[in-house]
Amino acid sequence: MAQQILNGVFVGSIYALFAVGYTLVFGVLDILNLAHAAVFMLSAFAALALTEHGLSIWIAMPLGILAGGVIGIVLERLAFRPLRGRSDSNISGLISSLAVATVFEAIALQLFGPDISRFPQGTFPDRTIAIGGASASLLQLCIVGISVALMAVLTFLLARTRLGRRIRAVAESPRAARILGVDVDKVIALAFFISSALGGAAGILFGLAFNSISPDVGRSVELKGLAVIILGGMGSVPGAVIAGFALGLIEVFTVAHVGSSYRDAISFAVLFIVLIARPRGLLGRAAAREA
Amino acid sequence: MTALLEVRDLRVGYGHVEAVRGVSFSVSAGEVVALIGPNGAGKSSTLNAIGGLVRPASGSVKLEGRELAGLPSHAVVAAGLILVPEGRAILHRMTVLENLIAGAEARPWPGGRGEARAAVETQVRRFPSLQRRLDQPAGALSGGEQQMLAIARGVLGRPRILLLDEPSMGLAPLLVRQIFEIIEEINKDGTTILLVEQNARMALQTAQNAYVLERGEIALHGPAADLAKDPRLQAAYLGGDVA
Ligand SMILES: Nc1ncnc2c1ncn2[C@@H]1O[C@H](COP(=O)(O)OP(=O)(O)OP(=O)(O)O)[C@@H](O)[C@H]1O
Ligand SMILES: [Mg+2]
Repeated sequence: MAQQILNGVFVGSIYALFAVGYTLVFGVLDILNLAHAAVFMLSAFAALALTEHGLSIWIAMPLGILAGGVIGIVLERLAFRPLRGRSDSNISGLISSLAVATVFEAIALQLFGPDISRFPQGTFPDRTIAIGGASASLLQLCIVGISVALMAVLTFLLARTRLGRRIRAVAESPRAARILGVDVDKVIALAFFISSALGGAAGILFGLAFNSISPDVGRSVELKGLAVIILGGMGSVPGAVIAGFALGLIEVFTVAHVGSSYRDAISFAVLFIVLIARPRGLLGRAAAREA
Repeated sequence: MTALLEVRDLRVGYGHVEAVRGVSFSVSAGEVVALIGPNGAGKSSTLNAIGGLVRPASGSVKLEGRELAGLPSHAVVAAGLILVPEGRAILHRMTVLENLIAGAEARPWPGGRGEARAAVETQVRRFPSLQRRLDQPAGALSGGEQQMLAIARGVLGRPRILLLDEPSMGLAPLLVRQIFEIIEEINKDGTTILLVEQNARMALQTAQNAYVLERGEIALHGPAADLAKDPRLQAAYLGGDVA
């Protein structure tokens, strides 16, 4: 039981980290960024390439996260900014982000090949630690710690800083933000940087956790990330955190008690039931945003 | 003496609709200028073009000699022109206090964060109804309170000139009077104000100079006290009896 909780928290922390960035951009733009999983994948490859060049994971990881953020800014310029102001920007942004995701996957395929890549031996010290009746690897604990720390930083940034207030202002009403002297385009670009850096961090941690990275690694979190942000309430960062951990726990308990083939079925059944009870998700907002 | 705000031949269009057709006026430092006119005259379009929310088709907007026309709104705010728009545009999901802080963050304060905090506190004291509700979402405020929040937030942007778009709209008479008192108070503190109103009577009592906008053009202008006695204006907007 304790072991399952530990495993659920471990998997959930990666889902949550992936989903907070996903939901952040949705909150600001009202558009799903379907390239979020591709950024997750590219950052993982970036960190992998850096460790292969002999860098320590503790240097490769921040650089990989930074790369994710920079890719996010490029993505915003390519897929979203040219469409801004169009009346159909929600659906066209969805499609153009899907197109960019395809391009990102093609680049990864070209650079790293279709096979599974692995971090070099000894990238992370192999140690097991006993906690209560359960045991966890040092890697797992670090992954949970890093995820939680990054989400705490994001929460603080959004709640307490000038940039956070500006992001929330743009999310609620770009017009009201403009009146407050906010450079809306710049804030959107920064939101993409933050979102993609967090998505990239999730990709690196995922790659380390399962020691397996391939151009289609994003597929494994893509749909779950979507389920998490819907479950949490579209645009809600705390909702995504709660739902991410919830999904991790549900998956682990399903595998342990029902069988691994039911993992996704039960997860989506829970999503379905929650949405019947709360159509806007756990922490979803009732009010539509202003133009 | 050169004007603080100098608007020349401003034109604003929406597709084929020409909402503002060559409007010129000026506001001197320290005064309240009223821009009045009927529904659809182009008052909001004029203010929004000055504030950078809509791009003017042509014309010039100079603040202290600096051209602002065509600049994005954040650059206009940075120059010190602060707009309190029609509909107030407060942030409903943020708390009252966060709205005020966001207002104070619109432009840097010479005394840094400490001065900004002190300014927020000063505004809070000016509006006791806000003081009691600082931690509530601004969307929970009444219409009058939201208007006061919008004005307080505008003042916190340290405006060289404050543009108010129909601050009395939709408010009960008692609140309207209160809002106009506040506008006078802000002006006495040294803030130059361009006031758009449909409540012509109150606007003319508050302003020193006024312009009447009709169908996108300035139809009349002059000292507010003279306009208040103008028979053409009395018939159209003031119901004939001006005190
Ligand atoms: N976004 C827009 N798109 C198209 N037409 C517009 C838009 N905004 C205003 N108009 C038109 O421009 C004209 C001027 O409108 P504006 O809002 O500037 O007038 P106003 O004097 O502020 O009126 P009110 O007293 O009702 O606020 C009107 O005919 C209006 O229908
Ligand atoms: Mg108007």
